[in-house]
Amino acid sequence: MPVDVQSRNMVESDDGTPVEELLVNVGPSHPSTHGVGRVLVHLDGDIVVKADMIVGYLHRGIEKMSENRTYLQVVPLTDRLDYVGSMYANWSYCRAVERLARIPVPERAEYLRVIVCELQRIASHMMGVGAAAADTGAFTMFVYAFDLRERIVELFEELCGARLTYNYVRPGGVSFDAPDGWTESVMSFISKVDGMLAEIDDLFFGNAIARGRMKGVGVLSAEDAVAWGATGPTARGSGVNWDLRKHAPYSVYPRMDFDVVVGDNGDAYDRGRCRLFECHESTRIISQAIAQMPGGAVMADCLPRLLTPPPGETYDQIESARGSLGVYLVSDGSPRPYRMHVRSPAFCNLALLPKLAVGHTLSDLVVVLGSLDPVFGEVDR
Amino acid sequence: MLAPLVSIDAEDAVLEVSREQVREAAEELARLGFERLEMVTAVDRGESFVLVYRVSSRALSAAVTMKAGVPREDARVASVYEVWPAADWQEREVYDLFGIEFDGHPDLRRIFLPEGFVGHPLRRDYDDPRMIRRPDYI
Repeated sequence: MPVDVQSRNMVESDDGTPVEELLVNVGPSHPSTHGVGRVLVHLDGDIVVKADMIVGYLHRGIEKMSENRTYLQVVPLTDRLDYVGSMYANWSYCRAVERLARIPVPERAEYLRVIVCELQRIASHMMGVGAAAADTGAFTMFVYAFDLRERIVELFEELCGARLTYNYVRPGGVSFDAPDGWTESVMSFISKVDGMLAEIDDLFFGNAIARGRMKGVGVLSAEDAVAWGATGPTARGSGVNWDLRKHAPYSVYPRMDFDVVVGDNGDAYDRGRCRLFECHESTRIISQAIAQMPGGAVMADCLPRLLTPPPGETYDQIESARGSLGVYLVSDGSPRPYRMHVRSPAFCNLALLPKLAVGHTLSDLVVVLGSLDPVFGEVDR
Repeated sequence: MLAPLVSIDAEDAVLEVSREQVREAAEELARLGFERLEMVTAVDRGESFVLVYRVSSRALSAAVTMKAGVPREDARVASVYEVWPAADWQEREVYDLFGIEFDGHPDLRRIFLPEGFVGHPLRRDYDDPRMIRRPDYI
């Protein structure tokens, strides 16, 4: 349970000796900061009195860069936003372009997008849960999670040739159709995932040490989650039943039968376990999508070489592994976006860290940071 | 019946307010049940900046985009932090990259760029000799 830092006497310790705040710098390059982020922590003994999250070390100005590129040239940039889940930013951006330029997407492409994004969700959650576990010292769990992720990366490599930055979803469809035997490979992988996830659940979430480290740490109430703009598993761990796939459905998600996973306590443990259980739901979606997937083209036909959407603006968001990933796109009728803004779920969730870490020990700060699952490429853009 | 695949017509309601009304409009939206501030950003329109706020409501299943123009010479507006705390980092981002000041924000500092950086890069007239422009081959 967090310590009430307001009630602690910061001027003198119990035996009368004067105490002062200790300023500790964590990062910017630290194994438990999940990227290049820095936290300036004010400590009273071992208790965090104030945490100042400093971001921007990975700021590449992707929003500015896209004003200087054509609509198609921006797609590879979106890969570099959330490099643990590149498919989401691809898709969110392409949906915004398709909406602006009124491009219809073939059904087969929509199904392929859903399949790759649900595979990506498993891969991304395994990265998130595995890294959070490694932060608490459970490195074995990290290896198990990475094994699962590696198999998905290999499936993506077979599909589009890339392992990390896929550039797979394009305005109007997807870049490649599934190669022969790919859907069978996915199905045979899916049939093993539930067993692997159950093993991870036993190994880590059932472990007394992991429970001790994560239960009751970084408790986020449902009201705060909504008010502070938290989305995705970070909000659902607090019991906020909000998933864009279910509540503002897009693409072919209305045709899928799946449940939204929500937690009860809003602590680091519930957020982590929400991610794990979401992977089970993703396997359900993938097998339905493969069963329903029609044949046909994977790219809209008669697409101009140079996209020039009519002047206007649009906002489109999808449920990424981290939450609502939105793209706000403004066109002035020229071949380049006038403005492209990414509403980054990792950025909005990370804003909660200074609030959640207060009153915990410095070692729990690492647990809280891991439970928010930030990817700094997307935080800093 | 199957749902349509691409909902091209699903445009949101847009609420245009003057910059003096931003705080009041935000309070009114929050009172109506728009509990979620999804996005705060700005667009450089030359003479003025247009601030874009997107809010949504779970109970109403609705989203509203609120827009307010801010003149370039006097780029300041009331903060909505007290209405939706989600504005904390997002307003800092707009301040950092556009130079729009938010009155009433508790901690208005640059967020991505270092303290002491000169200029606001997402303004259209921002220029830096190190910036590489793509050739105009199209």
